[in-house]
Amino acid sequence: MMSAAGSGPDDQGVDQSRRKFLTVATSATAAVGAVFAATPFVSSWKPSERARAAGAPVELDVSQLEPGQMVTLIWRKQPIYVVRRSAEEVKALPANDSRLKDPTSAESDQPPYAKNEMRSRRADVLVLIGTCTHLGCLPKPHFQPADVEIGPDWPGGFFCPCHGSKFDLAGRVLDGSPASVNLRIPPYSFKNDSTLVIGTDESTQGVA
Amino acid sequence: MAAPEGTAKPGLWGWINKRLPAEDFVRSQLLEYYAPKNFNVWYFFGSLALLVLVIQLLSGIFLTMFYKVGEATAFDSVEYIMREVNYGWLIRYLHSTGASAFFVVVYLHMFRALLYGSYKAPRELLWLFGMLVYLALMAEAFMGYVLPWGNMSYWGAQVIVNLFSTIPVVGPGLVEWIRGDYGIADATLNRFFALHVVAVPLGLLLLVALHLVALRQVGSNNPDGIEIKEHKGPDGKPLDGIPFHPYYTVKDVVGVGVFLIAFAVVVFFVPTFNDIFLEKPNFEPANPLSTPEHIAPVWYFTPFYAMLRAVPDQRLGALLMLLAILAFFFLPWLDRSPVKSVRYRGWIYRAFLTVFTVSFLVLMYLGLKPASVAYVYAARVFTAGYFAFFVLMPFYTRWDRTRPVPTRVTFHA
Amino acid sequence: MLKPATLLIALVSAAPLLTAAESAAEPAAAESKAVDWQSWHAGNDVRNTASLQRGVRNFVNYCQGCHSLKYMRYSRMASDLHIPEEQLRTYLILTGDKPGDYMLSSMPAADSETWFGKTPPDLSLIARSRGADYLYRFLKTFYADPSRQSGANNLQLANAAMPAVLSSLEGVKRAVFVNRESIVGGKPVTEKVFDHFEMVSPGAMDAAQFDAFVRDTVNFLDYVGEPAQATRVDIGVWVVLFLLVFTWLAWLLKHEYWKDVH
Repeated sequence: MMSAAGSGPDDQGVDQSRRKFLTVATSATAAVGAVFAATPFVSSWKPSERARAAGAPVELDVSQLEPGQMVTLIWRKQPIYVVRRSAEEVKALPANDSRLKDPTSAESDQPPYAKNEMRSRRADVLVLIGTCTHLGCLPKPHFQPADVEIGPDWPGGFFCPCHGSKFDLAGRVLDGSPASVNLRIPPYSFKNDSTLVIGTDESTQGVA
Repeated sequence: MAAPEGTAKPGLWGWINKRLPAEDFVRSQLLEYYAPKNFNVWYFFGSLALLVLVIQLLSGIFLTMFYKVGEATAFDSVEYIMREVNYGWLIRYLHSTGASAFFVVVYLHMFRALLYGSYKAPRELLWLFGMLVYLALMAEAFMGYVLPWGNMSYWGAQVIVNLFSTIPVVGPGLVEWIRGDYGIADATLNRFFALHVVAVPLGLLLLVALHLVALRQVGSNNPDGIEIKEHKGPDGKPLDGIPFHPYYTVKDVVGVGVFLIAFAVVVFFVPTFNDIFLEKPNFEPANPLSTPEHIAPVWYFTPFYAMLRAVPDQRLGALLMLLAILAFFFLPWLDRSPVKSVRYRGWIYRAFLTVFTVSFLVLMYLGLKPASVAYVYAARVFTAGYFAFFVLMPFYTRWDRTRPVPTRVTFHA
Repeated sequence: MLKPATLLIALVSAAPLLTAAESAAEPAAAESKAVDWQSWHAGNDVRNTASLQRGVRNFVNYCQGCHSLKYMRYSRMASDLHIPEEQLRTYLILTGDKPGDYMLSSMPAADSETWFGKTPPDLSLIARSRGADYLYRFLKTFYADPSRQSGANNLQLANAAMPAVLSSLEGVKRAVFVNRESIVGGKPVTEKVFDHFEMVSPGAMDAAQFDAFVRDTVNFLDYVGEPAQATRVDIGVWVVLFLLVFTWLAWLLKHEYWKDVH
């Protein structure tokens, strides 16, 4: 196939199998080399040390949060909603189950300690990523049930203005929403009773 | 609508070839392009230059993803690349070593032309395109060196841009126009960035393409300086030629391997190359109030820098520097010898070429050193040696007693 | 905060330099104790992690009062030097900074210019812009000089703005100069040339200990100049080996094909 044409190479005595072997060997080595050479370039796109440092855990004092109050902060470039829920609001959560797409969070993305009815470690503090699981807008808090703007059936929770997705006060998506899974929960833990640390839990070992 | 005779090819390749001359291109450029069979080591550097161009483009594009142009951010962003971007240090060293490697390869590539008369007819245009590539490369390297905004970046830019003020009448205004400010400043840095990343690389690619097309048109020279197309076999192929593929593809891969070994040794073990590739003052940020102990350009410019300093008058020195580079453009017409290759030239040409080469290298060394009295005197002597090669060439190439040139290629000098 | 205290100690240590004063010049003596300090080498090895750990401890305690390392994060340094996070926080972060922060000095730039005449430079790249040998010589050639405001001078960097901050460790030494006659341009010229040092008062360390202190500190600064240097060499070995194998294979292939060509 690659026998040379032209100025007098003699085809007799050409060891084609050796040529093929050497060609394959050299090409394979070159291919391996190309992969090695590509690695630093591909790797350079991964978050740099600056990004990793900026993505370090963020602390918040939750002891001053009133029931019904929400704080938004940024962790790893994402909006994080921290909501103080009242005991009644938490008790009302199971009533929503029949009109939720994923009431047990089987399809949704959260750490193991948030895979429960209230989707949090502590009943009174809800931590979630304020990014609508449909196409990424910021859902707006509407904690009052039967909110005038939304309707009498509204259980209280988050309403996304972009395409109308609805989430309850545990961030679980309601039927009829364009979004199909619940709002995501970031890794978090409590340093002590009043200090919430977002970005750290048992699995992350404090490393951002 | 009918396909050219007998060229219907099956499948996807056939579909492409009906719409793009892909197979014709491969065939004509690789399988049926006949190159002389006596290429020696001097003939590796063209393909190596292409390789270094690819390395610079790839590493350069990736550097641009992290570098932040601007006098307040540039220096810090380079340290960000070196320390905080994954493998950023490697990408940076590839680019800085590649810049020097480019000139090593290009100077050796050009020297080959001097050895074998590769600039002589019918290859004058090939040579001129090559010289334009060299000029573009010098501009690219100069501007690239300013981008880290180290103290040598700043002061090197200051000195070189100031040279343009020696141009009569328009000089001072021109310098201010180039800088975009009253001294080397943020405006200068920003425009050098745009030129270095976009404009000059596009120009370089165009010139390299033209260089290759011109080569294809006339065919390669060879160490014996004879035209292989003058002796064809019954099949119409040059008797002393071999198809570029597979013979020179396979040989060039070896050249690439050897080059990459040397390149890797520098990148990984001696990236500053004893402070020659990455100079010490450039690890300090640009400081308009503090000049480095001695300002010198990077090694590939120092031969010309030594000439500049050899002349006590700034305007004349700059002019001499310019002439030193322009002299190369006239080579095809200065050389009156009937013979191309140094193998068949007489002792006079060999002597002048030796003097030229030694002068170039000594000037390179002198340009790296501070301008002491002794060094300046030496620079004058070797500048004369450099120019003698060109200025006297019309004479000694005619007087030189050449040797008979064989009709067929030989394999050893 | 610790920083002003360290500074105060340094300045107080410098005070004896003012009283140790005699004229530093002496007529040429017969002894040849001439010290060729310009041939001193740092001889450091950035792979010596123990040395780097001592070096960062030295830097934090004796240098960071005035000098920043603005490109070096605590966490990156601790990771490279295998320093556990608790030790990092306890011993090496003396400001209120977090591990992800850069190793900055807490000295206000404006004040430092008033106190020293110029702002103490950031040292992240000093090993690359001057070299490890220069730094070693610099730290080892401070001597008492009552004619200067800081009470000290330096052989490597004449009239340095920096005081002899390590004199509490090294002790105070003075420089003995000798006269050297030479002919310059046909005329006899006498110049004062450094000959050797003489200890005036001892410090907390003996000569060997102080030398080790300086070497460790310089080694650390060398590391800070290019933290990736050890990794760079490690990867390089594999790359060159790979390329040797590849080139050998390519050569075999070339040789095989070129049998065709005569």
